[in-house]
Amino acid sequence: MEGNFILTKLDQIISWGRKYSLFQYPFITACCGMEYMGAVCSHFDLDRFGAGWTRFSPRQADMLLVVGTISQKEAPILRTVYEQMVEPKWVIAFGTCAVSGGIYDNYAVVQGIDRIIPVDVYIPGCPPRPETVLNALIKLQEKIKTQGQEWRWKRRKS
Amino acid sequence: MTTRIQKEARKESLLINMGPSHPAMHGTIRIMLELDGERVLNSEVEVGYLHRGFEKTCEHKTYFNLLPYTDRMNYVSPLINNLGYVMTMEKMLGIEAPEKAQYIRVIMSELSRISDHLTCLAAMAMECGAFTVFLYKIKAREFIWDVIEETTGARMTTSYIRIGGVRADFHPNYEEVLNKAIAETRKVLKDVHGLLDKNKIFLNRTRDIAVITPEAAINYGWTGPCLRSSGVYFDVRKTFPYLVYDQLDFEVPLGERGDNFDRYMVRMKEMEQSLRIIEQAMKKIPKSAAKTVAKGMEAAEAIKASRQKRVEKKIILSPNLEGSEKDKYQDILVKSKKYIVPPKEDTYTSIEGLINHFQFFMREHGIRPPKGEVYFAVEGGNGELGYYIVSDGTEKPYRLHVRAPCFHVMAALEELIQGHYVADVIPTFGSINMIGGEMDR
Amino acid sequence: MEKKKILKELEQQFAEKIRGTSSDFGDDTLIIDRESLLEVVQFLKQKPYEYSMLLDLTCVDHLGQEPRFEMVYHFLSLSAKHRLRIKVPLSEKNLSIETLTSIWKNANWLEREVYDMFGVRFYGHPDLRRLFMYDGFEGFPLRKDYPLRKRQPRIRLRK
Repeated sequence: MEGNFILTKLDQIISWGRKYSLFQYPFITACCGMEYMGAVCSHFDLDRFGAGWTRFSPRQADMLLVVGTISQKEAPILRTVYEQMVEPKWVIAFGTCAVSGGIYDNYAVVQGIDRIIPVDVYIPGCPPRPETVLNALIKLQEKIKTQGQEWRWKRRKS
Repeated sequence: MTTRIQKEARKESLLINMGPSHPAMHGTIRIMLELDGERVLNSEVEVGYLHRGFEKTCEHKTYFNLLPYTDRMNYVSPLINNLGYVMTMEKMLGIEAPEKAQYIRVIMSELSRISDHLTCLAAMAMECGAFTVFLYKIKAREFIWDVIEETTGARMTTSYIRIGGVRADFHPNYEEVLNKAIAETRKVLKDVHGLLDKNKIFLNRTRDIAVITPEAAINYGWTGPCLRSSGVYFDVRKTFPYLVYDQLDFEVPLGERGDNFDRYMVRMKEMEQSLRIIEQAMKKIPKSAAKTVAKGMEAAEAIKASRQKRVEKKIILSPNLEGSEKDKYQDILVKSKKYIVPPKEDTYTSIEGLINHFQFFMREHGIRPPKGEVYFAVEGGNGELGYYIVSDGTEKPYRLHVRAPCFHVMAALEELIQGHYVADVIPTFGSINMIGGEMDR
Repeated sequence: MEKKKILKELEQQFAEKIRGTSSDFGDDTLIIDRESLLEVVQFLKQKPYEYSMLLDLTCVDHLGQEPRFEMVYHFLSLSAKHRLRIKVPLSEKNLSIETLTSIWKNANWLEREVYDMFGVRFYGHPDLRRLFMYDGFEGFPLRKDYPLRKRQPRIRLRK
């Protein structure tokens, strides 16, 4: 019995640490990048949620923010970047183009990045307001809070 | 897939890839460098990672429907793209927006231009290491976006400028917000001038790097601030004036050497000139005629009063129609049955209005320009943004082509960085202001 | 008045090589054959006209008409403050034209884009490859017979 209590408390401490210190890798392609800049800078600060440090290398990051339209030419690169990240990792699809292809339904655009990589949080909007981004970050933090350690080992293979 | 540079490279040199996922906020460009130590011997630029099929998509949408697609091309100055498309259509249809709408378009266009230059220089400074400058400029940009949001409803991709005029009039107390934005921008510009202009580190990184002569710049088809930094005087607003630019007094700053620092300086000075234009336009904007100022009952009051008796007085309509009530239409939209969306008061209360509304949006009806082709250009944030539209008489364009200014500027990048260090690639690329959406369309 | 002058002077110089001129909507347009493109363009680049900037180079696909394709060039003269459009019809069987890379350097990328989107070949181009689309993409997207939604994914997509 006590074993379980210790493990759950340990889970909670580890999740608490993880969710308040997310290192993000912004994979910026298009217009949503401007709203990402707005969300990160002083007006709507992302740093107060602990996610301020932008690590410019996927190997040092644990949150992949896919910002903007992903075209067919860009798809293998997104896949490579995702595979370069180390577990545990989370993906946020920022903007309608990343969620589902957006207003572009043609030969050149991938209809949503969940065709390439698994996604945790979807942010709709074209482009989404920075408040929406902060809301999504809080949702991700809640998801991390309830995510136990065992769950990570049984994570779905993609 | 072996690229050209892999075939041409010498055996002793090092091939480095600055990959498509740029850590800096430039989006998607792949630069392959052939290095000898730190010096760039040769390079190859690969583009097309943000090709979204804009031109082909536009052939399947009606002229009114494709307005949001134009917003998303040069996404740092979206209102100017809108303006370019709309003015091309107005040239083809032979109509002209009313004077107040033209002043509103000028103010919005200059606000977009300031926002474009702020973002470009913020990114360039951040990559050189001056993170404070980035934060200051994005703060100033937020104030400008506040102004745009109050009037148009959206911060960035607005679809505000419509064929025949603009969508809605200014917000009632716009002058206050606009004056605050201008004051904040001036303060930020002063701060940044003090931080970067005589800063030895910044000067070492940008002076005499990536120099281009005026003849080479013209040969490459450069326009806009990059061309003006080499000393060539060409600005679409002065050479082929459109809207009310010929009645406004502003200068066009020119550079001398055509290096990175001059491109930075030209953009800073252009922002000051844009602020001048906005202030003049604010003074010269024609006042609305008295009867267009909405005077009437508030909606809640009217509902309460109508419980006893039918309300005869005018009612101020709901917030999402604000600025676009029928009374204001003569200020902001051209008087035409065919080319504009009819006012909602007419649509919901009379049969002719309803028929006009349907005919505007139905297939086979709507805006149908005469057969032919037209080219029109406006001064975008990067240079001459031109639209070439071929029409075959139906409601969809037969071919829509955009002359993207940063496409031509990027074509010269390989020549610009040759012989410099790897670290020089970053400020060069930043000062060119490549916008992926515009280049790849 | 000055704008019409350039068309008249060109008509006098290259009388038989010009197929037509027009001035719809205020734009001056010149329609010529593909063999005389380089000649006309070099004539325009000299003084006193000095059309020193190649603004744009694109192609229009008139499916069902003969000749099917039409190259469109826009030139700008800084000194005369005038824009000129030149159109060159091309038929599908002989879809190639001289390159302008030797005269204007931005023609390099512009022609690569037209090759990528329409399939027009340019004689003498130093490096004619696709620009926007990737290796392995078959077809020319902006032609009218290429369907809008025909996707050719580069990696295997899930779902």
